[in-house]
Amino acid sequence: MSVASAIKTRDAAELPGKRDEDWRWTDLRGLIRQVPAPSAALDVASLPAGPFDALADELLVVANGQGAAHIGVEPGETKVVALRIVSRGDGSHAARVSVDVEVAGNLTILESYEGEGAYLGQTGLILSLAKDAVVERIILAADDAEGVTVSQAQVDLAPGASFAQTVLTGGARRQRLETIVRHPGGHADLRLDGVYLLADKRHADLTTSVTHAAVDGTTQQLTKGVVRDQARAVFQGKIIVAEGADRTDARMGHHALILSDRAEVDAKPELEIYADDVSCAHGNTVGALDEDALFYARQRGMPEAVARALLTEAFIGEVIDRIDHEGARDVVRAWAAERLGA
Amino acid sequence: MLSVSNLHATVDDKEILKGLSLDVPAGEVHAIMGPNGAGKSTLSYVLTGRQGYEVTQGGATLDGEDLLALEANERAAKGVFLSFQYPLEIPGVPALTFIRTALNAQKKARGEPEVTAPEFLKLARAKAAELKIDFDMLKRALNVGFSGGEKKRMEIFQMAMLSPRFLILDETDSGLDVDALRIVADGVNALRSPERAMLVITHYQRLLDYIKPDRVHVLAGGKIVASGGPELALELEREGYEKYARAA
Repeated sequence: MSVASAIKTRDAAELPGKRDEDWRWTDLRGLIRQVPAPSAALDVASLPAGPFDALADELLVVANGQGAAHIGVEPGETKVVALRIVSRGDGSHAARVSVDVEVAGNLTILESYEGEGAYLGQTGLILSLAKDAVVERIILAADDAEGVTVSQAQVDLAPGASFAQTVLTGGARRQRLETIVRHPGGHADLRLDGVYLLADKRHADLTTSVTHAAVDGTTQQLTKGVVRDQARAVFQGKIIVAEGADRTDARMGHHALILSDRAEVDAKPELEIYADDVSCAHGNTVGALDEDALFYARQRGMPEAVARALLTEAFIGEVIDRIDHEGARDVVRAWAAERLGA
Repeated sequence: MLSVSNLHATVDDKEILKGLSLDVPAGEVHAIMGPNGAGKSTLSYVLTGRQGYEVTQGGATLDGEDLLALEANERAAKGVFLSFQYPLEIPGVPALTFIRTALNAQKKARGEPEVTAPEFLKLARAKAAELKIDFDMLKRALNVGFSGGEKKRMEIFQMAMLSPRFLILDETDSGLDVDALRIVADGVNALRSPERAMLVITHYQRLLDYIKPDRVHVLAGGKIVASGGPELALELEREGYEKYARAA
């Protein structure tokens, strides 16, 4: 049972829903009574430019589930690839993308979800990093307010590999961006960050699961978000440290600002530790903007809206600053500033 | 300049200011001294428009304009500046960004052209040098990880950059060693001018050795119970607040 097979068979009963523990806050089954007909093929040439096109060596477009879907990086090769997942119309579609980075390859994936319409789209990604490979994945999810998107990535790391990810989303009618990582230890490094900026009735679900299977692995995770109006954010972060995975160092932080009484944040940080000698911590806060800081800024002359925008931008800026790719950092910073009305 | 008359204010329905009257003419520096709990910080927050401080009676004007009718940021744009007793840490916002945003917001409110980035940086470098502030510190998030003394110095730097007309210093000497106190006082004294006025709120007389007041007022029980020249501060230092606290 999965979103991909529900789309393939057009059987809504296969969609996950609130009775599934991992999906209880992102109920697709209750939302979608009937899986829409398959989406029509798109003329890729007629699409406007994507947000990262200018930064990439290579451009891949998956439009309504169709298109080239493999990224390969040779041993020692370095490249920047823009991966555009485009949805148009009211149909349903699913796509698979595989990414293979060979020994000591270096890849930056600039992934964008660009939607218009009341579509149901699913993308399954399999990322495989060989020894000493370095990957930074930046995901900018700009879905339609009527769209439903599910992105499910599975990441396999080899020892010595480094995978850093930052998801940024404005949500959708319902949206789930999921990352599952098999962490082999062995001095592999993982960073899994996220930013959600949700307004109106939008929904976003950032779900991650990391399994540390052996000794000497690190995971750094920082997710921050802002919800207003009647928006709803879901953060589910799970880190499992298996028996024997000693000297694992894992840190998870999730911090949200709720800017209206009717907005909602559901957070479930989980650390499951079966090893003895580990350093793990998690922190989770949900609150409003600091009134004292707000008054301080206003006393210095900033109108309330300016002060709020400055402080909110700074709040999520901590996550954006962790992005290595400078050009992408600028793109997403501008995206965030626009959404926050600064 | 500032005129406060019969000001009553409550916090959480508790009356803290109980008929405070005060006049600070342009060009003068007035000190407000008083025991803990007298309402010193409440006065500074009421004058600057902090939420939660409700004026129930009386008023305050700046050059004849009703201060209490304005939003906190509008008062700032009119030139009211409060140096906080406990300056806030603003994670993620470099000090320079914060101050430039504030300065340009004030200029916009006053209908003046905004400062350009090069103009702003030139001014910031000059003022930082005067206050012996390492310029690199201004690129860091405002007040985050700064010592108490550094935070106070950063308040004076902001004051110098924003060039306010009416300055309120709330316990500016707390947390400062003698060297830092001298630098801060020099920065404040540099702003003394016939067009400006200052209200220096302090528990101890020490600060007034460096920032010499024209008048000293004793605040106790929510109102001014005594006023005099600089000698009043010395008397308070010798004899304490007890007789005023009782009188209130």
